[in-house]
Parts: sequence; structure tokens; C-alpha cells
Amino acid sequence: MELCDLPAFELSLLLRQKQISAEEITRACLNRVDQVDGRSGALDSGELTAEDEQKVHAFITVTRERALNQARVVDKKLADGEDPGLLAGIPFTSKDIFCVRGTPSTAASRILANYTAPYTATPVARMEEAGAVMIGKVNLDEFTYGSSNESSAFQPSPRNPWNPAHVPGGSSGGSTSSVAAGEAALSLGTDTAGSIRQPAAFCGVVGVKPTYGRVSRYGLIAFGSSLDCPGPVARNVVDAALMLQTIAGADRRDSTSANKPVPDYLAMLEQPVKGLRVGLSPDYFRIAFPDAETGEYRERPLPTDIEAHVIKAAEVLAGLGAEIVEDVPMPNTRYGIPAYFVISRVEAASNLHRYDGVKYGYRTPQPPADLTQLYRKSRNEGFGLQPKLRILMGMYVSAAQYSAQYYQRALRVRTLIRRDFEQAFDKNGKYKLDVLLTPTTPTTAFKIGAVYGDSVLMQYADQLTVPANHAGIPGISLPGGLNQNRMPVGIQLLGPDFSEDVLLRVGRAYELATETEDWRKIKPMVLR
Amino acid sequence: MNDYEVVIGLETHIQLNTTTKIFCACKADSWFDPPNTNICPVCTGMPGVLPVLNKAAVEKGVVLASAMHAELRPLSFFDRKNYFYPDLPKGYQISQYDQSLAFGGYLDLPVPATNGHPAYIRKVSIHKLHLEEDAGKTKNAGTERLIDFNRCGVPLVEMVTGPDLRSADEAAQYLIRLRQLLRWLGVSEADMEKGHLRCDANVSIRPRGATYLNPKTEIKNVNSIEAVRTAIEKEVERQIREVEAGRRIEAWTLEWDEDAGVLRKMRSKETEADYRYFREPDLLPIRLDEAWKAEILKSLPELPLVRRQRFMDGYGLPEYDADILTSERNLSDYFETAVKAYGGDPKRVSNYLMNDVLRMLNESSQTADQLRLTPAYLAEIIKLADAGTVNTSTAKSLLQKVEESGQAPTEIVTAEGLGKVSDDSAIRAVVLEVLAESTKEVESYKAGKVTLMGWFVGQVMKKMRGKADPTLARTILEELLA
Repeated sequence: MELCDLPAFELSLLLRQKQISAEEITRACLNRVDQVDGRSGALDSGELTAEDEQKVHAFITVTRERALNQARVVDKKLADGEDPGLLAGIPFTSKDIFCVRGTPSTAASRILANYTAPYTATPVARMEEAGAVMIGKVNLDEFTYGSSNESSAFQPSPRNPWNPAHVPGGSSGGSTSSVAAGEAALSLGTDTAGSIRQPAAFCGVVGVKPTYGRVSRYGLIAFGSSLDCPGPVARNVVDAALMLQTIAGADRRDSTSANKPVPDYLAMLEQPVKGLRVGLSPDYFRIAFPDAETGEYRERPLPTDIEAHVIKAAEVLAGLGAEIVEDVPMPNTRYGIPAYFVISRVEAASNLHRYDGVKYGYRTPQPPADLTQLYRKSRNEGFGLQPKLRILMGMYVSAAQYSAQYYQRALRVRTLIRRDFEQAFDKNGKYKLDVLLTPTTPTTAFKIGAVYGDSVLMQYADQLTVPANHAGIPGISLPGGLNQNRMPVGIQLLGPDFSEDVLLRVGRAYELATETEDWRKIKPMVLR
Repeated sequence: MNDYEVVIGLETHIQLNTTTKIFCACKADSWFDPPNTNICPVCTGMPGVLPVLNKAAVEKGVVLASAMHAELRPLSFFDRKNYFYPDLPKGYQISQYDQSLAFGGYLDLPVPATNGHPAYIRKVSIHKLHLEEDAGKTKNAGTERLIDFNRCGVPLVEMVTGPDLRSADEAAQYLIRLRQLLRWLGVSEADMEKGHLRCDANVSIRPRGATYLNPKTEIKNVNSIEAVRTAIEKEVERQIREVEAGRRIEAWTLEWDEDAGVLRKMRSKETEADYRYFREPDLLPIRLDEAWKAEILKSLPELPLVRRQRFMDGYGLPEYDADILTSERNLSDYFETAVKAYGGDPKRVSNYLMNDVLRMLNESSQTADQLRLTPAYLAEIIKLADAGTVNTSTAKSLLQKVEESGQAPTEIVTAEGLGKVSDDSAIRAVVLEVLAESTKEVESYKAGKVTLMGWFVGQVMKKMRGKADPTLARTILEELLA
């Protein structure tokens, strides 16, 4: 076992016992990057080679020198007997949607490829203040618009460490693949419709989408501002709790951040789950989608292996004394994707307005005839397909004559989805759930190229994760086993506002109870 | 001209005089700063930044809305107004749309009498009143466009009147009263030349007696009250000419060229732009609960037009005096404090203020609250004059002396021996001296040039450094010259 494969909390212990140094940890991670990552994502990167197809390609920018310098600062503090911080020496990666002062902050888009941020995002700043060492900035779908990472303007796009022929999921695919491949212990991702949980499920790691407002969005290049949540990616629940502890909390630069005090997640982590009420909903064991021809809703059951893993997890929790509550109705789940389609695109189109070739980022090299041509050419050449689709859709559904029909209606659907959860979690209601247990995704990681190009179908990869974003509630995706193709299956826990402590506790209990199972011993393909 | 009625609505942008900008910590005022030096990632719309609302901007907005008799919403929202312009760095302006801070409201505008027409009150309704951020400035320099982001994020209140104004004069009066109010409330410096108060005018005409509205033109870029008046007058003349010639008025946007004194067409306005407003997800709604509202409005002063009326009713001041004394809040405060300290006829205090103190203020470009001549000192001086302790001219010179030294008037009178001399023998001695020195004038007087009496009195006063009782001096002079 190499240092880069150890969990964060073990590294922290070894470091404080002075058995290892932060620089050693950092070097171990950088070595792992050299071994498995292949070339970093770049613009106009040419054809894929056979070698490329075997590599992870998690990174856009490896901040090697910066990381080593940070590690040396931690080592010096330790040598001087100073407190180096909760996450001292722990290596992490940042999704390249976060601005980090002095680093390229690209959003995986050509339009920001030359943009160097003049300031650091709050969650990254909090990681670094706690002594964590940023190994680099990792790839994502362009502006986070996707569920596979294939839409990145920086190619080769990340591949799934469990099988590089498969996507890592997205949009935090670089985050989850870097953590799964041992390139870092932790990663900072963002979740707008499932963008942390879905790739965490695909890559067999833990992903937390905190309550909206629990973690500051300051410095996160916005997608759907009312839905975006920064959150941790880790290889186990303890590490995820450590990271959430570090990044959560009010921020005076984000007025939508919650003023609620942050509980001690670690202190409560190993408390028993006996008596907790864990719900199962039939609405999370089928996917509903509109027929492309008729527009009517069709339903399809989930693949049986996905369902079986969730049922098995329920049995594990029941064995620990949790009460399983079946048949919890969540009737509005099926409208999650259409409502998301509208709301996120209205916000996205507006958030993309600032990329106009005037102030920073890409500007067309052709001399424009006038201002309008400067805008049109810069945006046409700078944006990839996904931003363009989202701008078109967002402009359409927020236009004065359509807004009531689409945007206002979608907002009402959002309220209904929130109500489903309120009823399920109501302490005086019929179900009194502490958590809802669901699959994270309708499928395991699909093959590269299999879904890409069908934007609507791609979106349905988020069907089981997006309701939490509409409702603002927290969710966690946990590794729940491997399917017959040795691809990870994710299970998801959802809870009421600010119940991250409970989700982490249930997750930890599940993790401990399944610690010795055979699938836990299997490594991702790129590490075998 | 008399066949037509002019219909005007004014759209004003008021820069609030907060310390910092509305959504970041940059200072709000950049008047003396070079371009792009008073900026930060937030107000330049860098990727990933978020706005944080400046509470002071809301509070000033609430004060203004209350003063306009507008209804305050307990819950209001910010919205995004989406459009592309190089000096709008986010590509949207954070503004308020359907649920703004306040709605309704009016200003009872006193319109002064003019050649033959009596004074009247014009009720001007307020259609819109909301908070928003300012954009930057674009300047064309040859083939280049220069952008200054300093002004981005400066807090504004946009306030739009109904089509209630009926002449260029009324429009000018409205702006005069609005400027007075803004300064009175302390919410804006309201300097039009510096863009603290900006005004676009919507102008149309219709046959007298009609109640419908004709297509209007919008006049932009007028940055003084005089320019608003002139631009509207020219536009009304143009519209009448067009209609008389059988042409239709089209909904143009016009730009006022101050130097040339002409209006130029900027663009036709066939269709309304679609700004695709939606709620700003990065900001929480403004919750103006009763406690906060009460806290803010605790400091809401009596409004200028109310005070003006009270000065007329309560103190018996003429409208002219009341108008001038309420032109600025601290001048009117000064007046009232002095009246209280004086205890006598308020008109007497008004006279001293209007004749002498205002001149002192103008000459030193001070405001009334900055004077060392406090209202109490002014009252003391008037009392000294009333009691005959000093004569009127001494009283007037005392005003200046108190202002220069900051000393109490009685102290100065004692120290400099300025008390009026009513002693017959002392004055008689000086009169004799003057007559002895002025043989030529005495001859002329005796030859019948009695108008020289004033000159003799002046000579006596001069010798006695103004302390003589002039009436007594005159009596003695008349006696000795007889």
C-alpha cells in the first residue's frame, strides 16, 4: 500500500506521529499522477492514442510546485511544534470550476482557457487554511454541463479508473476519478443535479452533496445558482466528514450561505444507527421519462443489479437496528428532470452572459466589424456545444412570452418536490423518516460515447439525484458494491435540511458493517 | 401651442450616498479616482463572485420611499435584468422588478406663480421605485471604446413618475424639489453634474382636453435642470410642428446634445426589449420587518414642503421667506433653533437670516450647521439690538465678528466697548469736533444744502466707531447748526 492510497485520517495520524512528512505524501500523489493519469486535458489535443485510452486523465492543471511548497510549509509547522490545521498535509484536488488565485481556472471551456483567477474560492481557501495540499485542478464537463465529462473542451477527458473504456460520470468526473485512482485523498466537487453523487457512484467513492447554503459558493463559477452545492469527494465516510467539517459554515461573501453552526461531524460519526427510520420509495426504483415522439411519460424499472444492491444495503442497516419503512410515496420525483431542465438553463444562460470577449477569457482573433460581431464570434468560437444548447434553451424558456408556461411552472414543480421530502421527513407525519435510501444512479458507468450526443438521455442519469437539488436537502452517495462487470454501484442516502451528521453516521455504519466484504478488497482496474 | 396639452413623465436615477457600493466593499464614490482603480472581483463580474447586499443602501431606499409616501413591501426581491453591454460586466444588472422595495407614492409639487398664472399644487404620482446597481461608463476614443468600471455597483434608486407633469417648467420644478428632498433626507448628494441625479424625460402632446396618451419620445443624457427644461421645450415644439404638418410622432429615443443645444435621434423604439427578468438567486429577499422599518424611519425628518407650510402657518412667515428658509434642512433647523432662543417675532429672525446670514453662507460656501455664529448667538445679537444695547449697524457687524472669533456677542461688545453711547455730553463733544473740522460743509448746509445732515451724522458715527445713538447725534447736530 502506497501513501497515496491511505485514507486522509490515517495520513493525518501518521503525519502527527512524525512517521511521514507532508512532502512524502505529496510526492506519492504526484508519482501516482505520473503513473496513471497520462496527459492532462488540453485544448486542441489531437487524436486519442491507444495509451490515452488506458489512462485516467483526471487533471487539467497539475500544480506540482505549488503543492510541494504547501507541503513544506506544513512540515515546517510540524517541526516548529505549531498546529498545522485539521487537514495538514492531506492531498486534494479541486474541480476546475473553482477559482484559485494564480492558477488557470478554466471551467473546462475554451472561453476561459486563458483565465487566471485573481482570488480564491472560499471552500478551497478553507481547505488550504486547514493545511490541505492542492495537487491540481481536475477536469469536468464544460461549465459542469454534463454527466460524463465527455463535453470538456480539455481532452482527453477523464476516464473511469475501474474501466477506462467507461466514463467517470460527471460533472465532477475529474474529482471522483482522481480520488478513486489515488491521485489525491480528497477532492472538492460541485453538485447541481447530482454532479458529485453520480460520478462518485460511477467511480466507487463517497460523494456528499451538502444542504444548499451549508458550503459557500463564493468562487464557484456558477451554473444553476439556486442549485449549485460544493461538496466533498473521498474514499471513505470518515474522510468525507473531515472535509465537510473544514469547508462548511457561513461565509460573509455568500449571502445564501447558512448562518447555522456547523456540528462536530466526527464526534457523532460512530454513534449507533439503531432506531433510525430508513425509508424506501418505489418512485426511486423506476425511471420515468417523456417519450421523444409523443411527449407522454413512460416508465422503466431499474436494472435488477442496481435494485439488488440497495435492498441489500437496507438489510445491512436493518441488521444494525435501523427501522426500514417501505412504500414511501415520492410522486413528484418524475418531474425532477423536466423542471431542472428549465430552471438550470434559465440560470445558466444568465450566468454565461458575462463571457463576452470584452473583459477576460477568449476573444475572437478576427477583427470584428462591430460590437455585436465581437460578442457573436467570441461566444460562438469560445463556447462548446453544451453551453450553446443551454443558452438557447434558457433564453427560450425565460422569454417574456414563455416564462409563465415554462419557468414559473418549473418553479412550482420545485415546490412540489420539496413537499414530497417534507412529508417523508415530517416528525409528526406518516413516515417520520430520518433518511431515504435510494440508488444513486439508474445505471452503472456507461461506455464512453454510448450516451454522449443525446443531451436529453444524458440528463436522465441525474434522475435520482436531482430531487435533492430542487429541495435543497443533503445527500450522500456511498459505494454499495460492484456489479458482475466489476463496475461500482452507488447507493444514496437523502435527509432533511442540515442532516449531514445523520447521513454521515448512517454511511459510516454501513461502511463498517460491510468492511470485510470481498468487493471492498478489489482495486480499480488502473491500479491492478 | 394652446391647443395642445403637454404630457411629461420623468425617469430618475438617484445615486445613494452610501460609503460602499451596493454589493461589494469598494467605496461608492469614484468622482476623483482614475478609471478602473476603485474595483474588485465582485463589481467587475469575475467568474464565481457573488453579490452581498449593503444594508445601508436598503435603509436609504426606505427613507426615500417613505418620504415619497410610497408603500413599503415587507418582502421584496432582487431580479436579474439581462442584456449585453460592455460596461455591464456580468451581462445582467441586478435590479428589482415585480416585487420592488416600495410601490405607489406621490409628491405634491408647489408650482410658483408666473406671469399672470397663480401658484398651484401639481400632484405627481410615482409609478416605480426600486433599488439597483449602476453600470460602468463607456467612452468612445476614436475607433476604440474605453470602459471604466469604477461606477459598477454604485447603489441607485430608480424612481419613475406617472405622466403627470404638464410643462417643461413643471418638470424643472419637480427636479428642484426632488433634489431638495434628497439632500434634506441625506440619501444622495443629488448633484446632476456629477450624475448623482440623472433624468430621462418622456414627452408627448395631445389635444387639450383629451385623456388618452399619444406615442412618446424619450429624451436621454440631460444632466442639468436647465437642460431638462430646454430639451423638453424644444421637443414639445418639434412635436407640435410634426403634428401640425400632419405627421405622426414616433416612439424615438432622443439624445440631448448639451453643447449644440439640440436633440438627436438615437434609435427607434419599435419593440420593447425583453430583459428576461428572473429572481436573482444569489441574494436573499429583503425582509423589512416592523422593527427594522421603525428603526430606519426613526430618523426620518419632517419633510421640506411640510416644514415650509408650517413656517408660514406657525410663524407667520411670507411664502417667499418660508421657501428660502426650507431650501436646505440645516438652514431651516438653524432658523427654528434661533427663533426658539430669541423668543420674539420670527420674522425678525428671518430678516437677519435672509439678509445677512445667507450672504455669509454664500461667501464662505458653508452650510448653516457649520457656522460659528450659532443660532443662540444670532438670537443674542438680535436681543442686544432690540434692547438698544447696540445699534443696528453694530448688530450687523457683530454677526461677522462672532463668526470670525467664535466668541459670544456680549463678550465682544464688552471687550471692544461697542455699547451704544446715549450720553448727550459725549456725543455733543464729538459733534463740535466734527463741525470745527468741516467749515466748508457747515457753510453749504447753512446755505440750504440740508441733505448734508446724513453726511454729518456719518462723520459723528465714524469718529465714535459706530457706537453713537444716531437719533441723538442728529438732534444735537440740528440744534447746533440751527
